[in-house]
Amino acid sequence: MKTTGKVIGIIANLVTVKVDGPVAQNELCFIDLDGTKLMAEVIKVNGDLASVQVYESTRGLKTGCDVEFQGYMLEVTLGPGLLSSNFDGLQNNLATMEDVFLKRGEYTKALDEEKKWDFTPIAAAGQKVIAADWLGEVKEGWLPHKIMVPFSFDGEYTVKSVAPAGSYKITETIATLVNQDGEEVPVTMIQRWPVKVAVGGYVEKPRPFRIMETGVRIIDTLNPIAEGGTGFIPGPFGCGKTVLQHALAEQADADVIIMAACGERANEVVEIFTEFPELKDRRTGRSLMERTTIICNTSNMPVAAREASVYTAMTISEYYRAMGMKVLLLADSTSRWAQALREMSNRLEELPGQDGFPVDLSAIISNFYSRAGIVKLNNGQYGSITFIGTVSPAGGNLKEPVTESTKKAARCFYALSQNRADKKRYPAVDPVDSYSKYLEYPEISDYLNEKIEKGWVDKVIKTKYIIRKGKDAYEQINILGDDGVPVAYHEQYWKSELVDFIILQQDAFDPVDRASTLDRQKFMLDLVLGICDKEFGFDDFEQCMNFFKNIINICRQLNYTEYQSDTFNQYLAELKEEINYE
Amino acid sequence: MSKKAFQRIYTQLTAITKATVTLEAEGVSNDELAVVNGRLAQVVKIKGNSITLQVFGGTEDIPTNAEVVFYGEPPTLNVSDDLAGRFFNAYGEPIDGGPAVEGEKRQIGGPSVNPYRRRQPSELIPTGIAGIDLNNTLVSGQKIPFFADPDQPYNQVMSMVALRADVDKIILGGMGLSNDDYLFFKNQFESAGALHKIISFVNTTDQPPVERLLIPDMALTAAEYFAVDKNEKVLVLLTDMTLYADALSIVSNRMDQIPSKDSMPGSLYSDLAKIYEKAVQLPDGGSITIIAVTTLNDGDITHAIPDNTGYITEGQLFLRADADSGKVIIDPFRSLSRLKQLVQNKKTREDHSAVMNTSVRLYADAANAKSKLENGFDLSDYDMRCLKYAKEYATRLLAIDVNIPITEMLDTAWELFAKYFSKAETGLKDALIQKYWKE
Repeated sequence: MKTTGKVIGIIANLVTVKVDGPVAQNELCFIDLDGTKLMAEVIKVNGDLASVQVYESTRGLKTGCDVEFQGYMLEVTLGPGLLSSNFDGLQNNLATMEDVFLKRGEYTKALDEEKKWDFTPIAAAGQKVIAADWLGEVKEGWLPHKIMVPFSFDGEYTVKSVAPAGSYKITETIATLVNQDGEEVPVTMIQRWPVKVAVGGYVEKPRPFRIMETGVRIIDTLNPIAEGGTGFIPGPFGCGKTVLQHALAEQADADVIIMAACGERANEVVEIFTEFPELKDRRTGRSLMERTTIICNTSNMPVAAREASVYTAMTISEYYRAMGMKVLLLADSTSRWAQALREMSNRLEELPGQDGFPVDLSAIISNFYSRAGIVKLNNGQYGSITFIGTVSPAGGNLKEPVTESTKKAARCFYALSQNRADKKRYPAVDPVDSYSKYLEYPEISDYLNEKIEKGWVDKVIKTKYIIRKGKDAYEQINILGDDGVPVAYHEQYWKSELVDFIILQQDAFDPVDRASTLDRQKFMLDLVLGICDKEFGFDDFEQCMNFFKNIINICRQLNYTEYQSDTFNQYLAELKEEINYE
Repeated sequence: MSKKAFQRIYTQLTAITKATVTLEAEGVSNDELAVVNGRLAQVVKIKGNSITLQVFGGTEDIPTNAEVVFYGEPPTLNVSDDLAGRFFNAYGEPIDGGPAVEGEKRQIGGPSVNPYRRRQPSELIPTGIAGIDLNNTLVSGQKIPFFADPDQPYNQVMSMVALRADVDKIILGGMGLSNDDYLFFKNQFESAGALHKIISFVNTTDQPPVERLLIPDMALTAAEYFAVDKNEKVLVLLTDMTLYADALSIVSNRMDQIPSKDSMPGSLYSDLAKIYEKAVQLPDGGSITIIAVTTLNDGDITHAIPDNTGYITEGQLFLRADADSGKVIIDPFRSLSRLKQLVQNKKTREDHSAVMNTSVRLYADAANAKSKLENGFDLSDYDMRCLKYAKEYATRLLAIDVNIPITEMLDTAWELFAKYFSKAETGLKDALIQKYWKE
C-alpha cells in the first residue's frame, strides 16, 4: 500500500507533509490540489514529517491537501525517440503541450508510444547477457540506437528469444530473457532509470586518451578537451558564454548532443529550437536536431525542476554512451542549478556554507562531473560523455563557491575574460588563465603527436609562451611608454597580437571562420609561428606596428576565406611577399 | 477588491514585524490575499494553522487585535480594453479619478509560456539613438535594462525610446518613482498625444515600499492581456527594479530568511527571472518587450541586483557621462544587446555588424591612447587619430540626443573611418570596403 499524508506547512515551494507510513529520501509524491496533481520530491524527513520540494507553483495550496507517495525516485524514460525531442526538467515533452502557457500539474509521456521503429536483432537465443548488453537496434535518424538489457537487471540472464527484424512500437516486447532462477522476463524498447543514480553497465572507465575536435581554435589548438573529458566555462555575463556553447554544439565531433538549458533565458532556448533544425550536420548533411536532445528549464520555470533538469540530461547522456556513442553534454548554467540548491537549503533552514550555498555543494558538483567519462563497454567498444558546463560567477568574481567547487571537478578551464569581451576579442577565452589538464596526460600527448604531427604539444606550449611574453612586453610598454622600451619589446608584443588575432580570435558568426578543421588549425599555427620565429629588426616601433597590422589584416582575410581556395592562396602569396619584403 | 460576505474574520495576531503579521487561521491557501486592519496583505508562509502574511502597506500602527479577512484568492487585475489610457496604483485601483475598470478578473503572476510555443524575436525596434540602434539593436520580445547611476537621465531616455518605438501599447510599471518623475512620465505621454496607448501602474516614494512587489506582476498581467488575447505589440517599462529588489530583501529579512550576497534573498535570481521572462514573442504576432531600469551604486555592476539582472536579461544599456564630448552616451563597451544579431544585417544593411565591431574596436584603441596620454607618454600618429575619431564618434553616434535612421548611422561610421584611418587599419572585409568605403 502506498504511503499517504497531509500537507501541514507551506513556504514557497517547500511543503511539509505529515505522513502515515514509510517514506524514502528523494521519493516522489503527488499533492492533490482540487484534482490537480503536483509532483514533489522528498528532501528531508524528520519523525513523521516529510519536507518535499514541489516541482510546480504552490499557489492556492492549503493545509490538509492529500499527498500520495509513489515508492520510487524521479525517473526518466529511456528509449528510441529521445533525440530531436524537447523536454522540460522532468522529461515532459514540451512539443506535445498545446497551450501557450505551461499548465500546472500537466505531465506528458516522454516518448511517442504509437510510432513504429524498424528493429534488427543483435543478440541470439541462448546467449548469456548482463545489464547494458545489446539485444538489437533501431535506426533513430541515422544513428543506430541500441536496445539494451535494462540497466536495472542484476546478474546474468539467458536470451530466450529476440523478436525478428520488423516494425515495432516501443512498448512491445522485443526480447524475452530468463534469469538465474529460471523466470522469464520480457524486455521492451524502453526502460526507466532514476536520474540521481549513475548508470553502470560498463567494464571500466579508463583515463581519456583522445581529444574531441570542436573546430574552435582556442580550444583545439591551445586547450584541447579530451573525448570523455570535463570542462567548464566561467564568465561574467555578456562575455559570449552562450555563443561559445552553441558553437561547440554545432561543430564538435560528437554523435549525440544533449543540451541542458538550466535556469537560463527562454529566448536562448528558442534560438536553439529555431536554429538547430536548420543547422546542417557537417558529416551527414542532415539536420543537427536529429541527433540533439534539449532539456530546458528556463529561469522562470519552477526552481525545483531546475535541479532535476541537469540530472535528467546526464542520465539520457549515459543511456547513449552505453550504445557506444560519443555524447557531448552541455549544461548552461550549472550556477543556476547550484542556486536552486541554495534556495531549497535556505528554506529548509539548514546552516549555510559560503555565500549561503549548502555545505555539501562541492561534493554534489564533483559527484555530478564524475558521471562523465569514456567507458569500455561489455563488448569492448568505447562510449563517452564529454561534459562542458558553464558557470555564471556572481559579479564575474571567480572566487565564489560554484566556480571553486567546479574547478576541483573539471579538467579543462575556459575562463572568459571581461577585458577581452570589452575589446570584442571573441571567443573571450583568456589565453593565460585557461588550461587543459589533458595536455599533461601522456596518453593525450601521444595521441596528438600521432594525429597531428610529432612535436605538436611543444608547439602549443611555445604558442602559450609567446602569448605570455607578449603580455609582459605590453605591460612594460604601458609603464615605460612606447619610446621607453627597446623596439624588440614591441616586436614581442606584436607577435603575441598576431597569435591573438589569428589563432585565438575566431568569428562565430562568419560562415567560414566559425569552424576550423584540425588540418587548417595546424596550417595556421605553423604559419603564425613561422612569422614569430623571424627576427625582423625594425627601425622603430611605428614601423613594427604598421608591419604587423598589415600582416594581421592579411591573415584575417585568410581566416575568412575557404581553406586552400584560389582566394586563400592569393592572400597567402600576398602575405609571403610582405614578409620577405621587410 | 471587495470583501466577500461569508468569510471569517480573525482578530488575534500572534506576531508582528515591520513587514509581516502572523495569526492562527484555518483553510487558508498559499499566496492568498487578505486585508489586515484595512491594509492589503498576502500569505507567504503556512505552518499548520499559523499563517504569516506580508502586509503591503507596512505594519505601522497595526494592533494585535487587528481585523483580518481572507479573500480566498491571490491578487487579481480586471483586464479589458478599458485599461488603455489609465493610471493605477499597485493594487490596480485607478488613481486618475476615473471609474474602476470592468473586465475579466485575472490572477497576477500567472504561469510561464511554454518555451516551445515561443517564437524567435525578429522584429527590429528602431529608436533613432545610434548608441542603441547601431551598437545594441533592440528586438521585440527582448528584455533589457538600462544600467545607470541615479544621477543619469534614464527615465528621460526610456520615455524617449518608448515614444519612438512602433508599438501598440506602452505599459509603465513605476516602482518608488518620485512624484516629480511620475508627473514627468505623465506629461511626456500627454504631450506626445500617446495617452490612449499608455497604461500605468505606479508606486511613488511616498507610498509603502512593499507595495512595489505587486507592480511588475500587475503591469505584466495587463501586458499579457494585450499581447496574448489581442495579439498586440506591447512595450513594458519597469523603473526602478533596484527598488523592487530592495522591497524583496525587506520582506525576506522580516521573515528571518538567511540572506545571500549583498543581503538580498537567496531567491533573487528566480524572483527577477519570473518578471523578466514574461518578455516574449508569441506565435500569433503579439509580443511583450521589457525595458527596465536598474540603478547602480557608482557604476558597480558586481552588486547582486545588477549582477543577477545581467544574467537574466538579454543585455544591458549603460549610460555614461562622456567627458570628451560633454554628452551622456550609451557606453559601447559595457552595453550589449544579446538579440542584436537576429536583426543586424538581416533587417538592416549587410555591413551593420562589421561596422559596429570596427567602430567599437577603434574606440577601444582610443581609450588605450587616452590612458597613455594620462600617463604622460608620447602618442603615435595612430593614437592621435584614434582620439580625434573617438570624440567625433561619441558626439555624432554615441550621444543619446542623436535621432537618425540606421542607414545614416552606418554612413556616418564609414565617413569617420575614411576620415581618420586607412583601409587596413579598420581590418574590415575587403568585400565591404570595396562597396562602402568613402574616399
